[in-house]
Amino acid sequence: MAEVGLYHFLIVSAILFALGIYGIVTRKNAVMVLMGIELILNSANINFVAFSRYGNFGLSGQIIALFVIILAAAEAAIALAIVLNIYKTFANVNVDEIDKLKE
Amino acid sequence: MNLYDIVFYLFAAVTLISAFVVVTSRNIVYSAFSLLFTFFGVAGLYVLLGADFIAVVQIMVYVGGILILLLFGVMLTNKIVRVDIKTGTINIIPAIIGVILLLAAVLWIMLSTGWKSVPAEIAQTTTVGIGNLLVTEYVLIFELLGILLLVALIGAASIARRDKE
Repeated sequence: MAEVGLYHFLIVSAILFALGIYGIVTRKNAVMVLMGIELILNSANINFVAFSRYGNFGLSGQIIALFVIILAAAEAAIALAIVLNIYKTFANVNVDEIDKLKE
Repeated sequence: MNLYDIVFYLFAAVTLISAFVVVTSRNIVYSAFSLLFTFFGVAGLYVLLGADFIAVVQIMVYVGGILILLLFGVMLTNKIVRVDIKTGTINIIPAIIGVILLLAAVLWIMLSTGWKSVPAEIAQTTTVGIGNLLVTEYVLIFELLGILLLVALIGAASIARRDKE
């Protein structure tokens, strides 16, 4: 419980990263896998912003975090379109049952 | 322990507990809603780091956009009337072992590295600086991301609406 510094933010982001990985490898539903990816992107963003403040790099880290958020939005849109297509084809979205590239 | 520390621990607890619920809840709708609290907690951490603009962007894009998109994905791909909204889990034990090893490795690397830690003065507002950097130093990435978003928009619409013959 020391003074909150860089390491506290790094620990939070590491735990968030581990939870995201856990979500990706254990959940069957493809939408849940996407949620795990969002957790991982958020943990990376915390690192960017934390180093931006404590490393005294100016605003560059925050701008990269902004770019990551934009990429996450694009990724979520495309991934959900793919998930909807998978649902139309296979009638479920369990990633362990989808093993065909083509009908 | 001053106010900054208390607020930090509060936001960190909100973020991590709700993230834990996201990855462990059996009901996918509960997961989606606790993802909301995760995003708010991360936005709070950004505010504590002096990144007010990023925090607002986080709330607007993640909560207002991505989370709504995910909820639509949940609703469109589950049979709500048949209460088939539970989602299965696989490989729990190997996953827990692997994740704990990974977490230990990441934490060891992070804590054993002597990071340069010179806290910058928290600027009054970061919007002006970010705006200036976006149109000077990072203008190429900025424009490319604009094109990427357009491509993603068109691509998502065309993939999701493709008719099957």
